[in-house]
Amino acid sequence: MASTQARTVADTRPDSLWGRAPYPVLVADLRGVVVRCNDAAGLILPAAAPGASLTDVAPAWLCAAHTRIGSPGPHAVPADTEEALRGTIAGRRFEAHPTALGDGSVAWWLVDDTDHQLAREALLMERERTAFLAKASNVLLSSLNLGRCMDVTAQLAAESLADVALAIAPSRSSRLPVVTCLRGGTPVLADMSVDPDDVPGLGEALRGFPPVPSRWIDPAAAPAWLVPEGFGPVGSIVITPLPGHGVPAGALVLLRKAQTASFSSEEEVFARLFAARAGAAMSAARLYAEQTAITDVLMRELMPPALHQISGVDFAGGYRPSADHERIGGDFYDVHPATVEGEASLVSLGDVCGKGLEAAVLTGKIRNTLHALLPLADDHSRMLGLLNTALLNSHHARFVTLVLASARRRGNQVDLALTSAGHPSPLIIRADGTVHEADTRGTLIGALPAITAVTITESLAPGESCVLYTDGITEAKGGPMGDDLFGDERLKRALAGCVGMPAEGIVEHVQMLAAQWLGNRRHDDMAVVVISAPRTHHLSAVNGHTRGRFTA
Amino acid sequence: MRTSASPRLPRSAPLDQLAEQLWEAVSSADEYTATELVLRMLDDGADPEAVLLDVVAKVQSRVGEEWAANRISVAQEHAATAINERAVAAVSVHPAARTAATRGRITVACVDGEWHGLPARLLAEVLKLRGWRVDYLGAQVPTPHLITHLHNTRADAVALSSSIATRLPTAHAAITACQAIGVPVLVGGAAFGPQGRYAKLLGAEAWAPDARAAADHLAQGPLPRPQADHQQFDDLPHLSDQEYTMVARNSTSLVRHVFTALEDACPAMRSYSDLQRERTAEDLKHIVDFLATALYLDDEELFTWFITWTAQILQARGVPEMSVPPALVLLARELGDFPRAARILHAATRTLVTDPTTTAAGNAV
Repeated sequence: MASTQARTVADTRPDSLWGRAPYPVLVADLRGVVVRCNDAAGLILPAAAPGASLTDVAPAWLCAAHTRIGSPGPHAVPADTEEALRGTIAGRRFEAHPTALGDGSVAWWLVDDTDHQLAREALLMERERTAFLAKASNVLLSSLNLGRCMDVTAQLAAESLADVALAIAPSRSSRLPVVTCLRGGTPVLADMSVDPDDVPGLGEALRGFPPVPSRWIDPAAAPAWLVPEGFGPVGSIVITPLPGHGVPAGALVLLRKAQTASFSSEEEVFARLFAARAGAAMSAARLYAEQTAITDVLMRELMPPALHQISGVDFAGGYRPSADHERIGGDFYDVHPATVEGEASLVSLGDVCGKGLEAAVLTGKIRNTLHALLPLADDHSRMLGLLNTALLNSHHARFVTLVLASARRRGNQVDLALTSAGHPSPLIIRADGTVHEADTRGTLIGALPAITAVTITESLAPGESCVLYTDGITEAKGGPMGDDLFGDERLKRALAGCVGMPAEGIVEHVQMLAAQWLGNRRHDDMAVVVISAPRTHHLSAVNGHTRGRFTA
Repeated sequence: MRTSASPRLPRSAPLDQLAEQLWEAVSSADEYTATELVLRMLDDGADPEAVLLDVVAKVQSRVGEEWAANRISVAQEHAATAINERAVAAVSVHPAARTAATRGRITVACVDGEWHGLPARLLAEVLKLRGWRVDYLGAQVPTPHLITHLHNTRADAVALSSSIATRLPTAHAAITACQAIGVPVLVGGAAFGPQGRYAKLLGAEAWAPDARAAADHLAQGPLPRPQADHQQFDDLPHLSDQEYTMVARNSTSLVRHVFTALEDACPAMRSYSDLQRERTAEDLKHIVDFLATALYLDDEELFTWFITWTAQILQARGVPEMSVPPALVLLARELGDFPRAARILHAATRTLVTDPTTTAAGNAV
């Protein structure tokens, strides 16, 4: 303190260094009267001169700070320094640092920190925007669903860019999908029958080409559907195209209320950055949806069919491709109902050598060929022979093993004709719990110029079943010790407990046992079809309104 | 108008009584009687939701109890479930169950490896009755299929079902995958523990004890949107010790080692038939699976509960020779370097040797 005082005394000369210091300095006494001020202070506070009252020459925030420091109590800087000792003078922002002098007067050192403040604000805003864009990217990238991308786009835009945001997707139909989101609200989808060309700039934005800049439109020119009900007067509207990857992605419409400031040029740039991300996500989602639609159409014919009861015989099937992310593979099955009531339905179940999509494509061809050969369904050997010729003549080097089964209801019984072509023999579950292999064998199809096959007949009493399966089941490797095959014996043992079970129950049971045997290990395609003679003769028990149909 | 020849039920027949009749039909694998029964209830004006939840679901939970108590075999359980499934299918196409979709869209699925599809199916039907548009994906849905489906549809939420606790690590992966693409998840099923404690642990947006509660929950308003930056690992920081990973990855060799050591420790095992040996190995496999799950969740109670239950089942099955405590001790020896696993195994062993209902099995060596 002593040294401060000494220096103050030394600096009283008008020509001192102090007087010419580049920073404004102002000394006021206990009563709030200016004692002294330097040239720099004169520049920002022109009225400041010794003898003037501080309240007349300095802004209120500085006077208040002076009074607070001068009042009794510790002269320590107040706790709320940051706020209290900062303020504006002549349009610039200053920090005021007090130095208490010995006589109760205070010297105020004023530091212009306008630029520092501006830099800080800019940095803060930049950080906020970066965080927002990072979040937007995160959320937008995570979804491949167009609707969800539109929701997210509208919601994020309403959060940071506008009072209400509309995400609009281009549409091939007459209805325009529009997701509207109010600030703090949830996005709402509406399919609107409106013409986008009624809104200046919207039609162009939705066409995606040629590229158009964001466009301001006169709120008065906006059609009513653009403004949500109860929104109040609109201050500004900007239409930003969403850039897509070669496909139009849509447009973002931002509305601000009359009382909200309109868009600054920086905000416009920011909106464009956001639009670029939203556009990329929405066009990716659109591409994905188109690809999925194509895949679905192409796969539909290759998917295993849903089975049910046909003409008094229960059928059930289950399929698990080797790769869990796929739906199709090299195993297949079909049930073809007889064209004439009372004739046998034909079941086919087979296994194309190989797995994955290529094998699946071949299963499609085989299924089609068998379908075309249905008129010959009562002669399995002939059917198989023709299939063999067809496969030998195709460019596929693959071969196939399969089982054909003709099933026909006769009284309570189901008569079966079974033919195996190089395939594991079907298993018959008898009512007494015994399980035996149907004694049919033949050569595989598509490898040799001539084939042989033996067809056998069996009969199922009510509650009995015939199980067709592919070797993916019996060759499932795993079990508690990890390296055992599921095997024929284990399958037979499991089936022995399935007497009288509904066909789909048996399918599920076999699939579950095989899956549990496998655990997480790799496996081949697995298919099971069960043909059952219904336990009770229910068809005659039901009258014309056949409730039996519901139970099928 | 149906003109069924069978006598009509009295209109006032209480649902309990109907559930009893359905149980009779289901447990004797009589699908036609079962289906007739539920259809007649609907014809007589019963509320379809009540038929599904107070009759079919009740019978199904009894099926589960009978199986858990080892009174019916897995195959019988499957038969009963298949018949119940047919009853549900019959309800769903009955005119009384026809409802227009007035709400949003919900995807209902079972976790991969979960074969008990009926609870999820019941929920799907109840949600349809309440006016939701429902996509029911069925039992054991691989997570990639579920996610592909969600990309292709605009589901408001996913309802995920799992009944067996060992599926919880898979369920967790499915939950986080759904959340990562912005779809909130409601979970249900016995796997999620008493009061759904594991649902919270695994970060699901909601949990419901049964289909009715799930439908009520969804009716209250949309589930909260998942956080975009949520990481699967944040839910379970204890996984950093790698104990779960090691036990899950080496489960087969653990089973083998313990099995061999058990043969040395229990001479009776040497006279086992192949089937008995396989059963024993399967029991060991289940023990290791539950241990891995308990490590994943860091919950020793889960393992203790499973061990107590196993001991009781073994007793019911009449397999006193298979001794659980020695198996746990051998397992603990194999996992000597894993403190969490050791703690979990000790807690279970302690409970087993002090619990009067299991001491018979425990002391049988």
